Amino acid sequence: MSKTLQLKELYTEFRNPDTIKSYASLIKQEAKKLERDVSIMEVCGGHTHTIMKYGLLQLLPKNVHFIHGPGCPVCIMPKERVDHAIALSKQPDVILVTLGDMIKVPGSEASLQDARAKGADVRFVYSPTDCLKIAEQNPDKTVIFFAIGFETTTPMTSALINQVINKNIKNILFHINHVTVPEPMRVLLDDDENKIDAFIGPAHVSVITGSKIYDEFPRDYKKPVVVSGFEPVDVIHSVLMILKQFNENRCEVEVEYSRSVSHDGNVVAQKLNDMFFERRDTFRWRGVGEIPKSALKLKDEYSYLDAEVTYAEILPNEKIDDHKLCICGDILKGKANPIECKVFGNACKPSSPLGSCMVSSEGACAAYYKYGGIL
Amino acid sequence: MKQIKLAHGNGGEENNELISKIFYKAFKNEILEKSEDAAIIEDGKLAFSTDSFTVTPLFFAGADIGKLAVCGTCNDLAMMGAQPKYLTCSVIVEEGFSIDELKKIVSSMQKELEINGAKVVSGDTKVVPRGSVDKIFINTTGIGKVLKSGISSNSITDEDAIIVSRDIGCHGATIFAAREGIELTSELKSDCTSLYPIVKKLLDEDIHVTAMRDATRGGLSAVLNEWAKQSNICIEVDEDKIPVCDEVMGLCELLGFDATSLANEGTFLLAVKTQDAKKALEILQKFNKNASIIGKLTDLHVKKVILNSAWGTQRFLDMPTGELLPRIC
Repeated sequence: MSKTLQLKELYTEFRNPDTIKSYASLIKQEAKKLERDVSIMEVCGGHTHTIMKYGLLQLLPKNVHFIHGPGCPVCIMPKERVDHAIALSKQPDVILVTLGDMIKVPGSEASLQDARAKGADVRFVYSPTDCLKIAEQNPDKTVIFFAIGFETTTPMTSALINQVINKNIKNILFHINHVTVPEPMRVLLDDDENKIDAFIGPAHVSVITGSKIYDEFPRDYKKPVVVSGFEPVDVIHSVLMILKQFNENRCEVEVEYSRSVSHDGNVVAQKLNDMFFERRDTFRWRGVGEIPKSALKLKDEYSYLDAEVTYAEILPNEKIDDHKLCICGDILKGKANPIECKVFGNACKPSSPLGSCMVSSEGACAAYYKYGGIL
Repeated sequence: MKQIKLAHGNGGEENNELISKIFYKAFKNEILEKSEDAAIIEDGKLAFSTDSFTVTPLFFAGADIGKLAVCGTCNDLAMMGAQPKYLTCSVIVEEGFSIDELKKIVSSMQKELEINGAKVVSGDTKVVPRGSVDKIFINTTGIGKVLKSGISSNSITDEDAIIVSRDIGCHGATIFAAREGIELTSELKSDCTSLYPIVKKLLDEDIHVTAMRDATRGGLSAVLNEWAKQSNICIEVDEDKIPVCDEVMGLCELLGFDATSLANEGTFLLAVKTQDAKKALEILQKFNKNASIIGKLTDLHVKKVILNSAWGTQRFLDMPTGELLPRIC
């Protein structure tokens, strides 16, 4: 008898209260055996969100800590790139299209939301391929897709590029801001003051890349990595797996999210990405700074699709830093906690963010503000 | 605030800022400042409320803009323990709008008026050039006769229990799915409905209702946060008691929404004296089996709403902010 899989079957058991409680008690037992405190960085903003939304901090013993990492594609977007998007949206006959809450991220003076209020045609889509419909409906306009995200969303942009080329569509251009995960992890570890003992690796990124991209961290830096799913049972299970590695003197890459992640990842998607993209020499991460080879751009042969080339003359180049009082850089490096920031919750809120960690719901500060990290 | 943004209409934080800094400041008076669903006037005898309606698409699973326009205003009156009596109906319609569709909308309005036992007694029509409005905007204003006085969002205490009348988020999820062209294999439809018949039953049975509010824009979390502030109290809610149907939950999972901040158009929250909570629940469950006692009042974090998880952790359930936007990945 055939059975239709219901969506809820994909998450119900991963939010089972009894399972969460059992893991919490196993973590307590394991933590007693630790020789010193362990600080675990969850690289991805999705995990930060899970940790705060499900109150997982409250389940950890005192000698196990979370450090909230830089893995939120919206948060790490420097203001000058947001300014690019705004400048493009103000061009005549341009429709600027982007994903989700990029729309509210402030640049040096305003956000795309403000630009839209002033008359710019700014739209958000759930899937980049929705740009095809917009372009078809507006043949006299240029649709610019402001592409953001880690390895997770890059293949969606590649799929759109592929269609634009195959269908010979003339009115879609790209502004590429795709970034990659391993490079910032390396930069954080190279900082002598870092406090990271282990990583929880991103879920969706790893579905595409495979867990192989983390092999260097146990090997070269002696830091364990456990690739975790996004549900509360996943995250709490991953913490247990990390503690066991310490107590059993192991240091390796393990995959908790084994229902979706393999060692090699989605090879088809990787090939498609390699066809269109190459590494930028360097990219400035908001709150962290310049990271060599940490972002992608269109290869020269596709520069005719590149809005950064076509509109080079009108795009501002000045580098713009965050507010002086903002300590997002230290938060992203695990040196400070959101509530240690002087402007947290007063001058800096989700509705008027000063720094990168407050701008997206997946940023550490926004998660603390929304769910109450003070409890 | 320099310019109006879409977020200013979200029923959450930005919306409240706009109302308090612009409208309350100019119109300042005691009745308005009570910030109830409907104003109570004429020595407590009458309830008075207004609402404007704009929705895309105009016709959606479970209702249309006409039904919405009558339910919206009548429900606001019912939430103050009033029986909806007389409504006005103002329509701003765009050049080129189909007469057949207009007839359909008006006929839905009439059907819903009959359910409430109310009449439209005055109206206005404006036709504007193409592009000046998005197809049709409807305003209704209503007067109701107060059946039970003293219902107020400002008087909730630790002697009350918090109840929700049914599963949440159906309207918001239906509209979002329709707008984004997300096709579902199940029959998700808007909860849009007239609440007066349910309220009447509760009052007829002498339930001690302290406050009621329909969870429209901003959803359940907006109402709870407004109540916590207005009544200067902490509301603690058990997450696993909040009813959410599989379809709404599924859509939230796909898009990264919280069901607690999705709009409803026929779902309300009640603060009821604890000793009456069980009886109230039984009555509500006759209308919808998913009605549920979801929370209690404490002094843990005054003016805040706290969500208790089934595994013993706590977090704030905050006022929704910003536009409703799907997450990135």
